Amino acid sequence: MERMPSALPDGEPVPADGALPASALAGAAGRPLGFYLHVPYCATRCGYCDFNTYTATELRGTGGVLASRDNYAETLTDEIRLARKVLGDDPREVRTVFVGGGTPTLLAAGDLVRMLRAIRDEFGLAADAEVTTEANPESVDPAYLATLREGGFNRISFGMQSAKQHVLKVLDRTHTPGRPEACVAEARAAGFEHVNLDLIYGTPGESDDDWRASLDAAIGAGPDHVSAYALIVEEGTQLARRIRRGEVPMTDDDVHADRYLIAEETLSAAGFDWYEVSNWATSDAGRCLHNELYWRGADWWGAGPGAHSHVGGVRWWNVKHPGAYASALAAGRSPGAGREVLTDEDRRVERILLELRLREGVPLPLLREQGLAASRRALSDGLLQEGPYEEGRAVLTLRGRLLADAVVRDLVD
Amino acid sequence: MPATPSHVPEPSRTDPALIRNFCIIAHIDHGKSTLADRMLQLTGVVEQRQMRAQYLDRMDIERERGITIKSQAVRLPWAPTHDKGNTHILNMIDTPGHVDFTYEVSRSLAACEGTILLVDAAQGIEAQTLANLYLAMENDLTIIPVLNKIDLPAAQPEKFAEELANLVGCEPDDVLKVSAKTGLGVEDLLDKVVAEIPAPVGVKDAPARAMIFDSVYDSYRGVVTYVRVIDGQLNKRERIRMMSTGATHELLEIGTNSPEMLPADGLGVGEVGYLITGVKDVRQSKVGDTVTSQQKGAEEALGGYKDPKPMVFSGLYPLDGSDYPELREALDKLQLNDAALVYEPETSAALGFGFRVGFLGLLHLDVIRERLEREFGLDLIATAPNVVYRVVMEDGSEHTVTNPSEFPEGKINEVYEPVVRATILAPTEFIGSIMELCQTRRGTLLGMDYLSEDRVEIRYTLPLAEIVFDFFDQLKSKTRGYASLDYEPTGEQTSSLVKVDILLHGDKVDAFSAITHKDQAYAYGVRLVAKLKELIPRQAFEVPVQAAIGSRVIARETIRAIRKDVLAKCYGGDISRKRKLLEKQKEGKKRMKMVGSVEVPQEAFIAVLSSDDSAGSGKGKK
Repeated sequence: MERMPSALPDGEPVPADGALPASALAGAAGRPLGFYLHVPYCATRCGYCDFNTYTATELRGTGGVLASRDNYAETLTDEIRLARKVLGDDPREVRTVFVGGGTPTLLAAGDLVRMLRAIRDEFGLAADAEVTTEANPESVDPAYLATLREGGFNRISFGMQSAKQHVLKVLDRTHTPGRPEACVAEARAAGFEHVNLDLIYGTPGESDDDWRASLDAAIGAGPDHVSAYALIVEEGTQLARRIRRGEVPMTDDDVHADRYLIAEETLSAAGFDWYEVSNWATSDAGRCLHNELYWRGADWWGAGPGAHSHVGGVRWWNVKHPGAYASALAAGRSPGAGREVLTDEDRRVERILLELRLREGVPLPLLREQGLAASRRALSDGLLQEGPYEEGRAVLTLRGRLLADAVVRDLVD
Repeated sequence: MPATPSHVPEPSRTDPALIRNFCIIAHIDHGKSTLADRMLQLTGVVEQRQMRAQYLDRMDIERERGITIKSQAVRLPWAPTHDKGNTHILNMIDTPGHVDFTYEVSRSLAACEGTILLVDAAQGIEAQTLANLYLAMENDLTIIPVLNKIDLPAAQPEKFAEELANLVGCEPDDVLKVSAKTGLGVEDLLDKVVAEIPAPVGVKDAPARAMIFDSVYDSYRGVVTYVRVIDGQLNKRERIRMMSTGATHELLEIGTNSPEMLPADGLGVGEVGYLITGVKDVRQSKVGDTVTSQQKGAEEALGGYKDPKPMVFSGLYPLDGSDYPELREALDKLQLNDAALVYEPETSAALGFGFRVGFLGLLHLDVIRERLEREFGLDLIATAPNVVYRVVMEDGSEHTVTNPSEFPEGKINEVYEPVVRATILAPTEFIGSIMELCQTRRGTLLGMDYLSEDRVEIRYTLPLAEIVFDFFDQLKSKTRGYASLDYEPTGEQTSSLVKVDILLHGDKVDAFSAITHKDQAYAYGVRLVAKLKELIPRQAFEVPVQAAIGSRVIARETIRAIRKDVLAKCYGGDISRKRKLLEKQKEGKKRMKMVGSVEVPQEAFIAVLSSDDSAGSGKGKK
């Protein structure tokens, strides 16, 4: 539900057959490969959401091609087969699969399993592969969860957002408080090893105590992973309009900072450790391996409308509309809308901006002279931790995590 | 169609009795350039098909703003309607129309025996026109009052004829009514110029004395100097001497304008024309100076010469520090054509390298800044304009302060500031608000006269510093645009002035220092501090913003430290977007100026310093 911003970047065109430059595949064997599968359907659109998702069940593309929820698994399978062609004789098995949306659980559990099977058939899944789906607390039940588990899913992420009814209402979330916590128990019962709860803080009308209550409820449900995001009010969303009209107040950055500190305090007291700015896990095994692929510059193929991919320094993204997406695949063309081939400097900058968000931080040799000088200032300003710095890594302190973007701006110099 | 009359007298061989030298005094937009165009056409010096609007205004900015900065002279042959056989020579000397150029106007007037007072029949006379009219009267010029635009539906020729008659001392019926646009009445006007303006009088056999009334740099020909010969004769190829400096030059070319330059053998008594000597800088050919022959030259210069004296100063800094050499080059080029433009390098801790530039006044400043930006493609920050202060210390030493940040520390005995005599013309209904404005600007009422039943002339002594700030904008807004303003420097006065400094995180920001009256210092400090708090983004640490007089803090705000600057999420699809955002933020950072350890956006400097902004409060009330 938060994997894909709606606005696509500008870039160069993707060839019709989706072929990648030779440079992208060089040394691929040394990098893990993951798959992201996008499901662009939702029952209703939430007021704060600007992701690529649609509430209609049927969307028509050019030439009468129909993209519907019912045949979506087949359409997506077409792209997985295209991926096989494009990656050629790449021998890698797939390490992670992540199904996100939209609302993946609006599809039948069998559809999700079929999509996963297509990946297994074309690429093979690693024995210890992490296979995650996002799930809406109202659209799963024990039978659904059992089907997923039997089909190979071993991790599930529920969009809880808040334990408070009035907060859920501002967010247009339709589930009843308590339901996500129940889902965790059902998932555990179905045999899921890893369960995540997504939380949102800083929603207009939320108090510090509301936020504490949400954290306590989430922790009490027993997940091994919690993601906590500050609510971003994106332009063009219903919520942005409501704030502009003065119907709901805007949350200021200082409140966000307070809530973040509350999250860190509460989660760490409950045995969760941060491993990325917005992510906490009870153990290293509980970390989301798939997300770490994003943050460590690994390869992943994003399938589905508007999905982004990265292979060996080439980033590309698909057309957004499900109709246009289905039409391209039906015509045997790549659904890629644009791509960019990163320069060495782009990749260096990306490494800094992504890895600084991680508990392991950025290796200092990645920095140039000016960036190093800036890192020393950040250290003396208490934004970087002393111990890791002495061992050659820039790792954010708690205060530094709240100012990560400012630190990045200095470190990339 | 008019044709050039026959038997046109040639330059250097023209009987002074046939010469009429005149200028046109008019307010911006009252139609001076259009009238000049019509005269060019009627006298046949410009053919119909070559005619373009405002023929004489050469610079784009002049044409766009409808104002004339640099004057010119055109030799027009005219056979009066009732004396066709007797072709006269009319020299029309164009004058600058703005208060900043009063000195240039006075020299143009000194080159004439008469003037056309041109007033818009729908608007009546304006303050600057009135000021120039008084100048013309002081020079004993014959005044021909003319109402223009009588074809306009809003024209009130009777009302304004009465006003002009009162001012000039004639009968309302003597006021000519013309439409420069349609040409109506312009021939009568030319006849009247011949009939009423006296012919020039000079000593033919005396050593040559010619007065420079304008000096223009031309990139092909060097400096073109416009002169009016008073006595004797200047001949081609002779050597001439500038009497203020003693410098001598070869006369490469001498001639008249019709309206293009036309070489001649020389210029005799009463004639008006141009000289080219090959000098490259107008400061070598100064307005008001006397030109004489090197051999057997005149002993005594003509009176009235003054060195141009800058009244208003502003720091000009390139937005991008690497443009500094280009700024220097551009100023050098502009100075070739502008003897009144003075500048010297200046360094600001906040703004980097730039120049402290002196101007004749606010329009001069605006025009120069606009030309630098437009013709030379420079992006500039201009500090708030200030005047020149004379500071006398208790130990008797004296400082001339052209930059507020250089205001001396220590024991000050007296501070002197320049004052002006301001003349404001406005409809009577605004008397109250005008007096209120002048009162808050430390003005002293000198007097008030009714020009007509519903128009009044108000005279005040005001500190120049109050005028250079946003006085004119305030005046316009308080009088719905009806008031007009003119002022002339009248000396200096002692005042209780203090320097207000602005400190960011304890560091003084030189560009924001200002000299104000002590009663206004607090308001200035509070206003600036509040504004900076709003404009400067939160930093990694808490930033106090203070206004102080010496070590005494008079206003304070705090910019709280930023506590959160991180995007919540950064997953696959966010990465390209995030990298691009970072590039954008880096660009933004480049546009920040470091003041001590505080990053200040350029926009904050521009917003605080620009006079547009300081006038904002006034404009808002319109």
